[in-house]
Amino acid sequence: MDELYYEPVHRLADLLASGQVSSRELTRLFLDRIQELDGAVGAYLTVTAERALAQAKEEDERRRRGEAAGPLAGVPVAVKDNLCIQGVPTTAASKLLAGYRPPYTATAVERLRRAGAVILGKTNMDEFAMGSSTENSAFRITRNPWDLDRVPGGSSGGSAAAVAAGEAPAALGSDTGGSIRQPAAFCGVVGLKPTYGRVSRYGLIAFASSLDQIGPLTRDVTDAALLLEAIAGHDPADATSAPVPAERWREALTAEVQGVRIGLPREFYGEAVEPQVAGAVRAAVERLVADGAVAEETSLPSAEHALPAYYLIATAEASSNLARYDGVRYGFRAEAADLAAMYLETRKNFGAEVKRRILLGTFALREGYYDAYYRKALQVRRLIKDDFDRLFATYDVLITPTSPVVAFPLGARTEDPLAMYAADICTLPVNLAGLPAVSVPCGFAGGLPVGLQIIGRPFAEDTVLRVAYAIEQRLQLDLRPPLGRVAA
Amino acid sequence: MADITREEVRRVAALARLGLDPAEEERLAGQMVRIVEAMAQLRRVETGEAEPLTHVLAGLGNVTRPDEPRPGTDREALLAAAPDRSGPFLRVPRVIE
Repeated sequence: MDELYYEPVHRLADLLASGQVSSRELTRLFLDRIQELDGAVGAYLTVTAERALAQAKEEDERRRRGEAAGPLAGVPVAVKDNLCIQGVPTTAASKLLAGYRPPYTATAVERLRRAGAVILGKTNMDEFAMGSSTENSAFRITRNPWDLDRVPGGSSGGSAAAVAAGEAPAALGSDTGGSIRQPAAFCGVVGLKPTYGRVSRYGLIAFASSLDQIGPLTRDVTDAALLLEAIAGHDPADATSAPVPAERWREALTAEVQGVRIGLPREFYGEAVEPQVAGAVRAAVERLVADGAVAEETSLPSAEHALPAYYLIATAEASSNLARYDGVRYGFRAEAADLAAMYLETRKNFGAEVKRRILLGTFALREGYYDAYYRKALQVRRLIKDDFDRLFATYDVLITPTSPVVAFPLGARTEDPLAMYAADICTLPVNLAGLPAVSVPCGFAGGLPVGLQIIGRPFAEDTVLRVAYAIEQRLQLDLRPPLGRVAA
Repeated sequence: MADITREEVRRVAALARLGLDPAEEERLAGQMVRIVEAMAQLRRVETGEAEPLTHVLAGLGNVTRPDEPRPGTDREALLAAAPDRSGPFLRVPRVIE
């Protein structure tokens, strides 16, 4: 029973199906694990223990009655705190939403529940998903289970740390510029950002609506496929949700890579990338080439402009999306004598990074500056999309490091916003083009996990998952972090 | 352009209805100079006649649905989340004298 918290979802689902363990036992096991470890790791903002045990009991009873069980029946899962769950505190790690309990549930969470998943709680994140280290949470620090003095990455740092530490077998996150993939890389787990439109954003607290996408963080690639199957598909409640049905991604997984064409865009292997990181990625690619894949260096020239384009577009959209936190309809309100002062005093409670981004976005959209900044950024976005399209005429996938560096120490980048933004240079271009990409562990540098990113054509999740699976099967890495000193 | 003064930060913050204290204004002015400078590299990119790309949804036009009544989120549940209310109304501090 003890080591079950390091088992992947598909294995737990098998144990549940064969009656070797009940959902209540499993849920209790993870709740105990959270109790034991989370004081040190800090992955959760809210643990919904009672609700989880009630859901687990329901799943057990349903199974005992012989009713059809969903693919995730009885499996505990954690959810990032920017996904609404009716009646459960949902804060996006912001003081502006402290104590907020949404009157409705996000479609992705609803679909997880329908597949039988039990929700353990809400995970920590950078405030409104703005950040790359989870240090922008208004409520707590999350530590990397591989080294408690380092960040877990962000913004889905709580979800990544929870899965890595065995405080949840899987979790949902959201990814606007790398917020699923980069923390997955830092924590040694698998993180999938689906194609824009693949998963409904209904009930996701918006950061930058043309870039945001929900996806899974899991212990292995099979689980990423399994969770995507549960949450993907058209949703009339999200007008940007694509009318494309979910596929049986898990069944399509094969380690066969004969003839797969891999592009290695050199802009993602530049001097900003730590040599050990680039080395681990190249070594993994070599394993595929040895088995019949074809890899060659190529170029995505517009990538060097992705960072400024991304920050102008994301902050412009954010400045508009975050206008709704005005103390009128929900969330926190500061008391003031008149309405104008109430707005100012209420919004004073955003954290420093959120304020910076609202300012930058407002600045870029201002009359007289719009063409020089925002419109220019959208034109560069077009060039990036065109560059990707061109490469995908030749290659099935592109492979890059997920992050140029491994997990950095807590506090190392908090005083320098530009250094923090640079942590996402390999992942941002993918969101600008709306493509699917997965981060899969490919080795270690100085004892810390290294993530490899696989980027595919729109709606080619089958291909990126297959290549990720091929890497995972060949490397067989031990991804249990050395948590001895807190868990012993 | 990269010359962002405290006055400028104050003006943009006012547009965004963002309350800042003096120490924050000072700090943000310094940071915004560097951030906007970094963003300004875009102005040197040759974009020609490239059509601005606002979203990546291929072939998706306006999304409509039949104009038929259907249940929405419960009004009482929505109102219950408000910081202050009066019956079915949201209450805010005084707007006019």
